[in-house]
Amino acid sequence: MSHRNAWSGMNAADITIDQVRAGALQLDDVRIHPDTLIAQADVAAEYGNQQLAENFLRAAELTALPDEQVMAIYEALRPHRSTAQELATIVNALQAAGAQRNAALVAEAAQIYAQRGLLRQD
Amino acid sequence: MTIGRYRFMNEQPVNLDGFAAVNPDLGLIAFNSPNDPAPGLDIDDGRVVFMDGKHQAQFDIVDEFIARHGLDLTVADEAMAIDDATYAHMLIDPGVSRAECVRLAGGMTPAKLAKALSVLRPAELVMAVTKCRARKTPSNQAHVTNRSDDPLLLAADAALAAAFGFREIETTVPVLGDAPSNAIAVSIGAAVGSPGVLVQCSVEEAMELEMGMRGLVSYAETVSLYGTEQIFIDGDDTPWSKAFLTSGYASRGIKMRVTSGGGAEALMGAAEGCSMFYLEARCVALARAIGSQGVQNGGIDSASVAGSVPGGAKAMMAENLMVMLRALESCTGNDALMSESDVRRTSRTHPIFIAGTDFICSGFGSIQRYDNMFGPSQWNAEDLDDYLAMQRDWGVDGGLRTPDEHEVARLRERAAHAVRDVYAILGLADFTDQWLAQAIDAAGSKDVPDADLMTPLTASRLIRDTKVTMLDVIAALDEAGYDIEAQRMLDMLIARVSGDYLQTSAIFDESMHVLSAITDPNDYAGPGTGYSPSAQRQVQIDAIRQQQSVLDISARQLQHANSRLSVIGPAQRSDDPRDVVIGVSPATGQAIWQTLCGLGVDQALDELLAGLEEEGCVGRIVRFADTIDLGLIGLQAARMSGSGIGIGLQAKGTALIHRRDLSPLANLELYSVAPSLDRAAYRQLGLNAGRHAKGATPQPQRNPYSDEAIEARYHTKVVALVAIERQFVDGSSPQQLELDQP
Repeated sequence: MSHRNAWSGMNAADITIDQVRAGALQLDDVRIHPDTLIAQADVAAEYGNQQLAENFLRAAELTALPDEQVMAIYEALRPHRSTAQELATIVNALQAAGAQRNAALVAEAAQIYAQRGLLRQD
Repeated sequence: MTIGRYRFMNEQPVNLDGFAAVNPDLGLIAFNSPNDPAPGLDIDDGRVVFMDGKHQAQFDIVDEFIARHGLDLTVADEAMAIDDATYAHMLIDPGVSRAECVRLAGGMTPAKLAKALSVLRPAELVMAVTKCRARKTPSNQAHVTNRSDDPLLLAADAALAAAFGFREIETTVPVLGDAPSNAIAVSIGAAVGSPGVLVQCSVEEAMELEMGMRGLVSYAETVSLYGTEQIFIDGDDTPWSKAFLTSGYASRGIKMRVTSGGGAEALMGAAEGCSMFYLEARCVALARAIGSQGVQNGGIDSASVAGSVPGGAKAMMAENLMVMLRALESCTGNDALMSESDVRRTSRTHPIFIAGTDFICSGFGSIQRYDNMFGPSQWNAEDLDDYLAMQRDWGVDGGLRTPDEHEVARLRERAAHAVRDVYAILGLADFTDQWLAQAIDAAGSKDVPDADLMTPLTASRLIRDTKVTMLDVIAALDEAGYDIEAQRMLDMLIARVSGDYLQTSAIFDESMHVLSAITDPNDYAGPGTGYSPSAQRQVQIDAIRQQQSVLDISARQLQHANSRLSVIGPAQRSDDPRDVVIGVSPATGQAIWQTLCGLGVDQALDELLAGLEEEGCVGRIVRFADTIDLGLIGLQAARMSGSGIGIGLQAKGTALIHRRDLSPLANLELYSVAPSLDRAAYRQLGLNAGRHAKGATPQPQRNPYSDEAIEARYHTKVVALVAIERQFVDGSSPQQLELDQP
């Protein structure tokens, strides 16, 4: 599984200390590519862990999101942080970004939070 | 009124521990609370509609997430129908594969798996863990922290931890703001110590994720799960937020495991009357459901609560097994100190240690207890040598090794220098030479009085404000001339691209190969199968620094060599009634010069001769070369002496008084505990031999009292010294020796 392309498209095998020295390397050059996570999901499923596979597939979708957005959605999913409307907005944003699995997760959370009184009451 | 024996027992360390009476209402029960639900599972149209005593409408958030995502419904009917004892039997039967045990567990509800595992006896738990852990090669995790978040000391201690073999290092902070500095210092130190060591900085969830995204840590573990809804909410999370966080880590190629542990719910007062093991079964099922690759459990922060109830230690190990049966990485607790008693804490860890797990400790305190900012660990720097000796005693790979002291010194120095240079280049901090020198040599932060508490805080603020990433750190390392370490740290970032270390139970070996459930699967199938240390690894386990060979002991004896004893000719019988022969052993004055109490053999002889002289007798030294048996040496000495009284002295210091008409084993006085003897004892022995020779009453000697493990300390030497003595047995006739003045 090694020697895969990073988020930036650079191949992991091509990354050298010389590039670091030259200041030519960015974090995106050592950031995982969604295709790699999809391939890792296949491996996890093949070894019988469907939930781990599902996690990798959700992760593959999240690679496209900026760090700040990932952290903001996490914060919004904490108990009593978001109204139903706010969670719905996140669901829409995730769907728009092609993050269907994450959208489904947040939608499911919104449903359960409503049942269990975990939404923020304004 | 307490009687003496109970006053004495009350003073023992174990009685500082708390022991709780079973109280199911408070959750103070290890297994099988009367309030635990009966296992049950109903599926309707592919959906779970009833689970462990609750209908869907009654599900709390934990039930709900497990029911929706956690179970393999295709095996549920078969798994739920299986008899508890039958499943327990499968776990220890080497003829049943781990894969089959895991397959069935996939269809079991938390209550079902908890009930089945509660059938296992302790030795069966050891067998089941041996078979069911995911990764074949066992490993261990260290805590590296200190009271002052001193970056130089963190780096030196991280290098030491890596040198001792830890493959994961967890740091944390007493001051939250210091976290980024700690993460960088520990990562640099770990890279100095070894390639491929994973590093985490345990802080609040959001901050930990942020550090991971900037490359400052290579894995995360502080993602806590709880078994009841109330505690989950109190912990400011839900299963959905945790599932999202889990994917967040994976999306940046960062390894992550979750944390749970029996007793947490009881400690926080919301156990809902359930047993610790059942609630933990819910946590573990949830861990699998959210897609985490692994779990650290086994009490963890509530280990002393779990340890306070009957069966608590067993329950903590069973928690670990449950993780393995959900096919997850098992990082098996043994971190928070659960007892003041060395015996109890060893007893708690030992079955896990001999079975082997993915990480024996989810935090062996590689620093001293007082420097552990998680609180003292179950195992600490105080115990490193104990742990290494335990590995050697059982031939077990507990993940650690004995590094060379000079190498550790070199690594500490290099690590501290590297951090100083990197912080200077990045403009984070300046460190004085004195601080640096103190940190390199320090056994703990108390040895670094020059550490400035503001430095890590300022450095961390700069790291956050100027958005320093690990690439900047690597560039600085490279600029400062630490090529090897720069490459090692770059390799850790590159590993994120391939994602292989996201799979279950992944660690890196020192060649940066991923060892995981995929690449290094546990294939135990009975005796002679499964993990066995390589020949090279076995040497690391066996060759602890304290071991000595006969050659080592010979060399040490040679340092005490002197020429005071010389041969004057064949020994003769004497008719002088004042004559007392001191028979000495074959190697005396030839290869052995020092007794076990540290006295020179010549000095012991000085005292014997002086004691005899005080009683008006004349001592004569004769060396025998036909036996190493002290009784025979003493008896032969007595038969050769004019008085009929002889002294026998082995070069290692054991001595006796003999009489010519006695049988070899029936001596008059025996001074058997050679390590406890001293000049006065040999003087008294000489005096008493003189009195026996004159027919006077000797002064009885009391056996020197000691509560020390004398035999443990000296038996290794005794075996070597006896072997040396035997080399000088050639059957030649006794020689009379002369002792020159010192």
